[in-house]
Amino acid sequence: MEVLQPILAHFNHWITIFLMVAGLYVVVARGNMIKKLIGLSLFQTSVYLLYISPGKILGGTAPIIGDNIEVYSNPLPHVLILTAIVVGVATLALGLGLVVRINEVYGTIEEDEIFTQEDDDE
Amino acid sequence: MESLINMVLLSLLAVVTIGVVRLRNLFAVIILGGIYSFLMASVLIVLDAVDVAMTEASVGAGISTVLMLTVLYMTRVEEAKPVHTPMLPIFVAGGTGAVLVYGTWGLPAFGLADTPINTHVGMAYMDLSIPDTGIPNVVTSVLASYRGFDTFGETTVVFTAGIGVLLLLRRGVSLARLRRKQQEEESKS
Repeated sequence: MEVLQPILAHFNHWITIFLMVAGLYVVVARGNMIKKLIGLSLFQTSVYLLYISPGKILGGTAPIIGDNIEVYSNPLPHVLILTAIVVGVATLALGLGLVVRINEVYGTIEEDEIFTQEDDDE
Repeated sequence: MESLINMVLLSLLAVVTIGVVRLRNLFAVIILGGIYSFLMASVLIVLDAVDVAMTEASVGAGISTVLMLTVLYMTRVEEAKPVHTPMLPIFVAGGTGAVLVYGTWGLPAFGLADTPINTHVGMAYMDLSIPDTGIPNVVTSVLASYRGFDTFGETTVVFTAGIGVLLLLRRGVSLARLRRKQQEEESKS
C-alpha cells in the first residue's frame, strides 16, 4: 500500500482526464452523429467523477445522518451532479431528436456524406 | 481497501472506454455504454455518492441506452470508415490531456478531510440539515430545500428539452407526409 500512495493520490484525476480526452477525441474525430453523442456523454460522465472524487473522505460514509457515525463525505458535489445527470439526459434526447431529423432529410447520419450531398446540390 | 476497490473499478472504466472509442459497430458501442454507466454507478457508490449512483444506474444505463437504441433502429448500425486521418484530433486530445495532467500536481490528494472543498459550505450542511429541515439524508435536504431553485431550473431545462424533441419529431412526421404526397402527385402526372 505504501508504494501505491503517490499513485492513489491522483489516480482518480488521471482516469477523469483519460475519460474526458477520450470523449473529446470521439467528438472531434468521428463523423457518425450517434457516435459523436456517445463521445459527448463520455465527456459528461468524466465531469461527474471530477466533482465527486474530491468530496470523498477516506473512512467516511454516505452523507445520511445516523447514530455512531463520525465521518461523512461531502454532500454538496452529489447534489450538483444529480442535477447534471438529469440535464445530461435531456440534452441527449434533444440531440438524438436532431439526429432522427437529419436522417429523415439526408438519409444518412455520417457527416462526410452530408457534406458531399450539400456540395452536389450547389 | 476503499481506494484499492476504487482503483480497480476505475481501471475497468478506462478499458471499457477504449472499447467505446475503437469499435465501429454502433450496437456494440451502445451496449458498452450501458456497461460503462453501471461501472460508473459502482465507482460512485465507492465514492459515497449513493444518490448519484442510483440516478446514474437508472438514467445513464436505463433511459439513455433505450433512447440510443431507438434512434439506432431508425438509422444505420454500422459506422462508416473515416475519410480523414485522425492525426489532428489525436494531437488536440493528447495536448489537452497533457496540460490537464500537469494541472493535477496542484490539486490536493484523494480522500483527505482538510482540503478546501471539504472544509467550507458543503460540510456546514451536515450540521444544519437536521435542525433546519429534519431530513437525515443531507443530499435530499440540500437538493429540495437549500438549493430548491437549482432543481426548479433543472425542471425548466428538462421541460424545454421535451418541447424541443416534440417539435422536432412532429415536424419530421408532417414533412415526410408532405413528401409522400408530392411523390404520389408526381407519379400520377
